[in-house]
Amino acid sequence: MSEYVVELKNVTKRFPGVVALKSMSIGIRPGEIHGLIGENGAGKSTLIKVLTGVHNPEEGEIFVDGEKKVFRNPVQSREAGIACVYQELNIVPQLPVVDNVFMGRAVKKGLLLDYPRMCKEAEDALKTLGHPEIDVKMEAGKLGTGLQQMVEIAKAVSLDAKLIIMDEPSSSLGKEEIAQLMDVCRSLKARGVAILFVSHKLEELFELCDRVTVMRDGEHIVTEDIENMTEDSLINAMVGRTLDNLYPKEFGEKGEVWLEAKNINEAGVLHDVSFKCHAGQVTGFAGLVGAGRSETMRAIFGADKIDSGEIYVKGEKVSIKKPQDAIKHKIAFLTEDRKGQGLVLGQSVRTNLILANMKGFSNGPFLDEARIEESGKEMVKSLKIKTPSLDEVVGQLSGGNQQKVVIGKWVNIDADIFIFDEPTRGIDVGAKIEVYRVMNDLVKAGKCVIMVSSELPEILAMSDHVVVMRGGRVMANVERDSKHFNSDDIMKAAWGGELD
Amino acid sequence: MKKNSSAKELMQKLGTLAALIILCAIFCITMPDKFPKVGNLMNILKQASINCLIASGMLCCLITAGIDLSVGSNCVLCTCTIGVLVQNFGITSPIVLVLVGLAVSTCAGIVNGLLLTRLDLPHPFVSTMGMKNVLWGLALVITGSKSIGFTNTGIDGLMWIGGGSIGTVRDAGGKVTFPGIPFSFILVIIVFCIFHVFLTKSALGRQIYCCGGNAEAARLSGIPSKNVLTFVYALSGFMAGMAGVVSVGRLASANGNAGQTYDNDAIAACIVGGASFNGGKGTIWGTLIGAMIMAVIRNGLNLMGASNDVQYIVIGAVIILAVTIDVVRNKMEAKARKMAAV
Repeated sequence: MSEYVVELKNVTKRFPGVVALKSMSIGIRPGEIHGLIGENGAGKSTLIKVLTGVHNPEEGEIFVDGEKKVFRNPVQSREAGIACVYQELNIVPQLPVVDNVFMGRAVKKGLLLDYPRMCKEAEDALKTLGHPEIDVKMEAGKLGTGLQQMVEIAKAVSLDAKLIIMDEPSSSLGKEEIAQLMDVCRSLKARGVAILFVSHKLEELFELCDRVTVMRDGEHIVTEDIENMTEDSLINAMVGRTLDNLYPKEFGEKGEVWLEAKNINEAGVLHDVSFKCHAGQVTGFAGLVGAGRSETMRAIFGADKIDSGEIYVKGEKVSIKKPQDAIKHKIAFLTEDRKGQGLVLGQSVRTNLILANMKGFSNGPFLDEARIEESGKEMVKSLKIKTPSLDEVVGQLSGGNQQKVVIGKWVNIDADIFIFDEPTRGIDVGAKIEVYRVMNDLVKAGKCVIMVSSELPEILAMSDHVVVMRGGRVMANVERDSKHFNSDDIMKAAWGGELD
Repeated sequence: MKKNSSAKELMQKLGTLAALIILCAIFCITMPDKFPKVGNLMNILKQASINCLIASGMLCCLITAGIDLSVGSNCVLCTCTIGVLVQNFGITSPIVLVLVGLAVSTCAGIVNGLLLTRLDLPHPFVSTMGMKNVLWGLALVITGSKSIGFTNTGIDGLMWIGGGSIGTVRDAGGKVTFPGIPFSFILVIIVFCIFHVFLTKSALGRQIYCCGGNAEAARLSGIPSKNVLTFVYALSGFMAGMAGVVSVGRLASANGNAGQTYDNDAIAACIVGGASFNGGKGTIWGTLIGAMIMAVIRNGLNLMGASNDVQYIVIGAVIILAVTIDVVRNKMEAKARKMAAV
C-alpha cells in the first residue's frame, strides 16, 4: 500500500509554446486536506485537468492507491475515485437536486431510471454533508450558491470518491457559507476522504489544510505541513519574490461628501440604507454575502429600480433612473461579475476601453479612431495592462488585466466616484496589489472611491471608512481611527451585533 | 499584433471568397457555354440583390444575437402596399410609392423592436415570428389574396430600380452586346458601403456589436441597449422595405404569398458570410460574399436543369457545411488560445 491515495510523478504537460506542467509531482495522503496554491497561470488548472482526465500528460505517471493509472477521459478518472467540484458550479438550475447529483451516471432499473433509489442516495449524500434539509426534488436553481455547492459536493460523495478536488470552492461564498463548507471538508476528512483544496485565500488554507503545495510556472516549489509555513513564506514561494506589502495603502486628503444616500428602499432587498462617502477616501462596504452591498451599489448606479430614497452627488440631489444617468453624474461602477457585466469579452481592448464613453470619442456619429488609439495606448501604459495590442480580444487577457481594462473604461469617462464591487475576486496577488495602487492613485487625485469586499483584511487595510451592512440594512459606520476598526468588531456588526 | 489579427480576419474573409471562386470555377468548367457568359453573370447579380438587401438588415440583428424572421413577409408587404396604391388608388409617383413602402416596412420593424425591448419578450425569435405571420396576413388582406401585375401601369420608373441596368451596350444593328450592370446591384453596393462605414466607424455601429457581445455590460456602461436594439429592428425592416421596392421591378408583380424563402436565404447569407447566432460577429462584406455564394449555387443548379427540390437540398447542405467549418475553426482557435494561456 502506498503512502498516497493519489500521486502524480514527474508529470509534464506541454501546450504549443508553453510547458504548463514541468515534471510536476504531488502526493495526496488518504484523509488529508491538501492545499494547492499558486498565482494565476501557475499550472493549477492544468494539474486538476490531468487528475480529472481532461488533459493527457506527455510524460509522467499517475498512481491511485499505488496502482498506476492512465486517464484517457474524465469517466476513467471518475471511476478511479477522483471527483472535482469546479469553481464555476456545474448545476443545471432547472433540474431537481437529485438529477444534478446523478448527472451523467443515472441509476437504472431495466430501461428506466430507478428514481426512488437515486433520491435515497442523494438524500444520504446530503445527510453526510450535514444538509438533510435540502429537498432532493427541489429545483437546484432555487438553492443559494452555498447550497448549490453542497449539491456538487454531494455528487462527489455519492460517487464514493477517494479524492475530491475543490477548485476555489469559496470564491463565490459568504463567510457563513465558507464556515459550513469547511465543516463539510472536515467531516469528509474524518471519513477518510482526501481533499485537494485549491484556493487564493491564505487564511482558509491555514484554517483547514494539513499540508500545502505551492506551484509556480508549472513547477512544484514546495510541499510542507501547514504548521511549518507562514503567510509570508507561502507568498514568497508563490511569487518567487518578496512582496513588501500585500496592501500598499496610501492616504488621500479627505474632502467634501461626494456621494450621499438617504433612506434608500427596495422592497425585500434594501431597507432605509443611508451613508456618506467623502472625496479623497476609500469607503469600504463590509458584510456577509447577501447583506445587500452589491444591491445598494446597483441601486445607486441605476442598474436596479428603487422604491424610495434620495441620492446626492456633491451635495446636489440627483435622479438616477438608469446607468446613463449615473454616468452623467460621473459615477463609475466596476461590477462584481466583470465577465458577465463589465466587459464585452469578444471585443477588443480598444472597444472595451471606450465602452462607457463612445460619445466622448466620436466626432458626430463617427468614432475618432486616432483619439481612441492614443488614449488606449496611454491607458495601457498607465494601468500597466498586459496585452499584446489594443486589438487583442479582451476574453484572452488574464483576470487581473481584464479588471484593469474595466478600470480603464471608467477612467475614460473621467469619473469622480468609483464604485468597486469585489475588485480583487479571482485575481492573483500581484494583480491585486496593482488594483490597490489604482485605488491609491484615485484617492490621491481627490476622487471618491467605494469598495465592496467580502475579504475583511482587504477592507481593513484599504478603507478610510467602513460601512457595515446586514440583511439590506446599514448596521454600523466605522472610521479608520475608531476603536471599532478591527476585524472582530466589524464581523460582530456584520452578524447583527451592536457596537457601543 | 495588429497585423496578425487583421491577417486572421483577412484569412476568414478570403476563406469564403475562395469558396465563391471555387464554386464559380466548378460551374465554369462544367458549363463553359452557359455559366461564364456576361449575360448570366449580370443575371446572378440581379438575382442576388433582394437577398443582399434583406441580409444587410438581418446581419445587424444577428450581431445583436437576435434574429428577424419577419423580413420576408415585411418585404412582401412593402411590395403589396405599392401594388395596392398603384392598382386601387392610381398613384404612380415613384417617390410617393417608395416612401410609403419604406415607411410601412420600417414601422413593422419598429414594432418588432418595441415588442422585444418594451414587452421584454424572451427572444426576438418570438416577436418576429409572430410579426412574420401578422405581416403576411396583412399583405394578403390588402391585396385580397390576389396577385397584382405592375406591367403597363405607368410606373416604369419605379420598376427600373429592380429591373433596369446601367451601361447597356448595343451594336449597330441594335443587338445587345453588353446587358449592363443591374441597377439593383449598384444599389446593393452603395447600401453595403454605407453599412460598412456605419458598422465599423460609427459609435452606434460599435454599440450594436457591444450589445450583441454582452448586453448587460453594455447597459451598465451606459449604452441605451433598448434603443439600440429597437433601432436595429427598425433598420432591418427598412432594408426589407428596400428589397420590397426592388422586387416591384424584379418580379413585376405583387403577390402576398411570395417571399417564403426570403427569411432563410438572408439568414443563410449572413451565416455563410461569418456571422454567428451568438452575436457580436459578422461583417457586411462577408454577408455580400455569403449572398453571392447562395445566388451562384441557385443559378448554377438552374442552368444544370436541377429542379427546385434539388436546389433546396443543396442549399441546405451548403449552410450546414459553412457553419460547421466556422465552428471547427473557432474551436481550433479557442484551443490554441487556451494552450497559449495555460
